[in-house]
Amino acid sequence: MSESIETKKQIFEFIHGRFPQAEIGDSDDIFALGFVNSLFAMELVMFIEKTFGITVPNDELKIDNFRTVELMADLVGRQQVLA
Amino acid sequence: MTVADLERPALGTPDRASVRAFVDRWIVPCANEWDRDGRIPEELLERLAAEGLWAPFLPAAFGGAGLDMVTLGAVHEEVGRGCSSVRSLLTVHTMACWAVNRWGSAEQRERWLPAMSRGAVLGAFCLSEPGAGSDTSGITTTAVPHRGGWRISGVKRWITNGQRADLLLVFARVGTGIAAFLVPHDTPGVSVLPIDGMLGTRASMLAEISLQDVELGPDALLGPSGFTAGMVLTGTLDLGRYSVASGSVGIIQACVDASAGYAAARKVGGAPLSELPQIRAKLSDMVTDARAARLLCEEAGRLKEAGEPSTIMATWVAKYFASTAATRHAAEAVQIHGANGCSPDYPVERFYRDAKIMEIIEGSTEVQQLTIAGEAFRGGAS
Repeated sequence: MSESIETKKQIFEFIHGRFPQAEIGDSDDIFALGFVNSLFAMELVMFIEKTFGITVPNDELKIDNFRTVELMADLVGRQQVLA
Repeated sequence: MTVADLERPALGTPDRASVRAFVDRWIVPCANEWDRDGRIPEELLERLAAEGLWAPFLPAAFGGAGLDMVTLGAVHEEVGRGCSSVRSLLTVHTMACWAVNRWGSAEQRERWLPAMSRGAVLGAFCLSEPGAGSDTSGITTTAVPHRGGWRISGVKRWITNGQRADLLLVFARVGTGIAAFLVPHDTPGVSVLPIDGMLGTRASMLAEISLQDVELGPDALLGPSGFTAGMVLTGTLDLGRYSVASGSVGIIQACVDASAGYAAARKVGGAPLSELPQIRAKLSDMVTDARAARLLCEEAGRLKEAGEPSTIMATWVAKYFASTAATRHAAEAVQIHGANGCSPDYPVERFYRDAKIMEIIEGSTEVQQLTIAGEAFRGGAS
């Protein structure tokens, strides 16, 4: 559980670093907020892979895995188990 | 034959010095002739293969040298110093190889990368269309599911190496999104129309490629479709932008070399041109910008090598600086050469024409300004 909290914290920090004005919660849909473009999507995937030492496989590269901080943390958790 | 059989032979790993010597021997003396002919000869393509320059960044398991991104940039700079058309061929091949390596399935990687690594299969990047360049939302090429695979229809224009490429990385609309497809050039329905007479990179074998009801298997789809397909495009363009930035540094360096040589030899009023303060100021600015642009490229390369997300913006900045500086200094190089600089007997008129292309491809100067300024307004440009 604490690992998940730390994961979420790091993802939050990354998003806030890129969009300081964004106010989002664990389960807010970042796509619905309208600031995600393909450039940021690429940066987000690179950040997750670099920070958590995982490679996101193609079948996990679905929009539903990146909609919220919570879902991204779940994705990280799944891939860390497999690593 | 297995992938292991295709590991690189005893070729040395390319580095700046070895590529510089290669470029000086095989590219610089011929670049003006290729520019006039409007194509790069097969012999040079084979020499690039023998030198291991087509895709040295690929893993050794696929025949590459595992070359780091900083050195890859240096390789593309050196090639760009000699001939922007040759560098353009490397750029689009690099983009195709990277996309297959990063996003391909195990089967796709084993099928394509060994041959692409050794230059037996050359790739092209097919994004632009008659009505869509930087604005990818304007893409009208479509891919629809068909008999368990795909059927693609549309027209791609300004395709570097389109006349010669074996494997086309085609971006097409799938529903509301965009997806990438691997299309062998000899697939029925693919036709190639050469484009000649362009302003610059005249030997890059540009083509318009028509895809008329091209039927492909399910394995033609590269990477995911939908939301994440945008990342295939973003990532591939990022690497292309890095290559163009590096090639632009090469153009600036070529302007330095040509201008310094000319100014030292040419006399005006009995004294070398190089003694004139105006000429020295132009050379000083060229040297300074060459170094600055190289450092920006190296920074972007280091961040790429580390997998840092900030490499994308660093690459935008590097390309913006290097390409605009190349245009500026190529114009000055022509100025320093006077009438000679306007003639095909000297290389600087080619640099001038090629440099302008660098400001347009892989994100125009204006798109870069919008993107980089956007970063500043978000507070992330430091």
